[in-house]
Amino acid sequence: MDGGPLLQIEGLSKAFGGLWAVRDYRLALPEGVIYGLIGPNGAGKTTIFNLITGFLKPSGGRIVFAGTDITGWRPDRIAHLGIARTFQILQLYRALTVQMNLEIAHHKHTRYGLFSALTGLPLYRRQEREVRDRVGEFLELFGLTRYRNVRVGTLPYGLQRKLDIACALATEPRLLLLDEPSCGMNPREAEELAQLIRQMKARFSLTLVVVEHRMPFIMGLAERIQVLDHGVLISEGTPEEVRNDPKVIEAYLGVEDAVA
Amino acid sequence: MRRWTSLPGGVKFLIGVGLLFLVLFVANSTLNRYVLHVIILIGIYSVATTSLNLTNGYTGLFSLGHAGFMAVGAYVATLLTFPVRLRIAYNLPLLPHFLGGPDYQWPFLPALIVGGLVAAVAALLVGAPVLRLRGHYLSVASLGFMVIITTLAKGLKDLTRGAAGIQAIPRYTDIWWVYAWLVVTIYVIWRLLNSSYGRAMLAIRESETAAQAQGIHPMRYKLLSFVIGAFFAGIAGGLYAHFARSIRPYEFSFYMTFHIVIMLIIGGAGTLLGPTVGAAIVVALKYVLKPVEEGLGIYGLVEIVYALMLIGVMLWRPEGIAGGVNPLRFLVARKGERR
Repeated sequence: MDGGPLLQIEGLSKAFGGLWAVRDYRLALPEGVIYGLIGPNGAGKTTIFNLITGFLKPSGGRIVFAGTDITGWRPDRIAHLGIARTFQILQLYRALTVQMNLEIAHHKHTRYGLFSALTGLPLYRRQEREVRDRVGEFLELFGLTRYRNVRVGTLPYGLQRKLDIACALATEPRLLLLDEPSCGMNPREAEELAQLIRQMKARFSLTLVVVEHRMPFIMGLAERIQVLDHGVLISEGTPEEVRNDPKVIEAYLGVEDAVA
Repeated sequence: MRRWTSLPGGVKFLIGVGLLFLVLFVANSTLNRYVLHVIILIGIYSVATTSLNLTNGYTGLFSLGHAGFMAVGAYVATLLTFPVRLRIAYNLPLLPHFLGGPDYQWPFLPALIVGGLVAAVAALLVGAPVLRLRGHYLSVASLGFMVIITTLAKGLKDLTRGAAGIQAIPRYTDIWWVYAWLVVTIYVIWRLLNSSYGRAMLAIRESETAAQAQGIHPMRYKLLSFVIGAFFAGIAGGLYAHFARSIRPYEFSFYMTFHIVIMLIIGGAGTLLGPTVGAAIVVALKYVLKPVEEGLGIYGLVEIVYALMLIGVMLWRPEGIAGGVNPLRFLVARKGERR
C-alpha cells in the first residue's frame, strides 16, 4: 500500500426516484481505525453501506478500495476483495447450524473445483480440513463452541448477534462494516460488544465503519465520527468535536423556528 | 466395536450401498415380476425426485419444470438406442454420421448419459433467464418450459412421431441399472453437500443477501444446481423410456411434474434420502390402492389419498416423513439438518 486511505469515497450519491437518499458523500478512511457513522432515522447510513458493498448501484460518485475502483461492482466480488458487513436485520442461515453458518462464511477461501468435490481428491480434503480448523478457531474465539451443532434460529438473540459478527470476521476481511451492532442489546451487553469489537480490531488488524443509534456506545468506540442528515454529511470529527457541533445538535433536536 | 456414528461418512455410504444391493438381490430372486416392476418404478422416480431435491430442497428454487427435463432425456436416449430396422418401420430418422451412421444404434449407457447431457444443456439455456425470477414467478416460468417441451414433442413429428409417441423401445432398464443410477445420483448430491458448492446452495436458500455479502455469486450456484438436477432428471427419463417401452409427450406433463413434487414434499425436501422415501410411498400406494379403487368403483381414489397425504404432511410434518427420523441422517447432519 502507498499509505493512502484504505477506502476513498468521492461524490457518492444515490437517488430513489426524485429523492436523494445520499448526496455527495465523501470519506477518506485510513487503515486501522474505527469510524462511526451516525444520524437520525432515514439519514442514509444504511444506504451508504449498501452502496459500498454493491447491494445498490450509485447514481454518481466513486468508491475506491485499497487502490481498486469498485464502483458498481457486484456484492460477491466486493466481498472477495475484503469488505465484509453485517445487516441491521440479522441475515443468518437460520435453519442451519452455527458450524455451517461459519463454514459458509469462509466460502471465498476454498478454491477446489467441482470435480475435486465430487471425487474427494486430496486438494478438497486438505481445504475442507482447513475450513473446519478455521471455523473451530472462530467458535473458540467467540465462545460459541458448545453451540456448534445448534440451529441458529433457535439461539437466543444475543448469541445470534455475536454469531453474525463472527461470520463477518470469518470471511477474513480488511474492512468491516457494522450496521447497528448493539441493536436490541442492554447497556451491559453493548459495553461487552464494544470490548469485543476492540479486541477483534487488534487481533485481525481491521478497519471498521460502525453505524449506530446508541450515542454513548459509538462515542466511546469510534475514533472519528461522521454525521449524516437527510443524505448529506453535516459534520465530521472526533467524538468530542461532533458532540459540540451546533449543526449536529440541530439535526437531532431540531430548532424552534424550523417549523415555519 | 466402533460406534456407527463415529464411522467416516464414506464408509457408511459404502455399507449403505452394500446393504441396498443385498436387499435388491434377495428381492430380485424371490419376489414376483409384478412387485419387481413396482420396485423398479420406485427406483426411477427416486432418481427423478432426488434430482428435483437439489433445486427445490437445497437451493430453494421451487422448479416445476422437472418433467420437461425427463422428457428431453427420454426422447434423446430413445432416439439413440432405437433399433435400425424398427426405425424404418416407425418412420423414425436414421442416425446421422456424426452419431454413428444409419446402420448404428447406441448401447444403453452412453445413450442415457447423452440424454442427461442434453437435458443439462437445456437447463443451462432455460436457467439463465428463468432463474433470475424468484418464488412463484420461477415456478410458473419453469412450468412454462415444461409445456414448451411437451409441445415440441408433439410438434416435431419427424423426430418424435408426435402425439402417437414411440413404441417398441428396447427394454434395457432393469433393477440394477435403476438402482446403480440412484446410488450415483445420491452420491453426487451427498458429495456436493459436503463441499463449498452445496454449502453455497444452502446459503442461497436461507438468505441470498447474506450469501452475496460473503462472496457467493447466487446465479452461478443456482445454475449449477439446476443443471445437475436436470442431468439426473434426463437420466431418469431415459431409464423410464427403456422400462415402459413406450413414450408419449403427455406422459411428461403436469401429472408427472406434480407427482414428483408430491413425492419430494411427502418424503422430505432438503433431506438426502427423503426423496427416495417419498417415491417409495407414493408409488407403492398407487399399486396397493389400485385394486381397492377398482373393487369399490371409486376411480380417482389414489389421487384423493395423495392430496390428503400432502395436506397432512404440510400441516403436521412440514419437514417431510424423512425429515426427523432419517436413519442415515449422518449424510445430511453436517449440512445443518441436525435437530
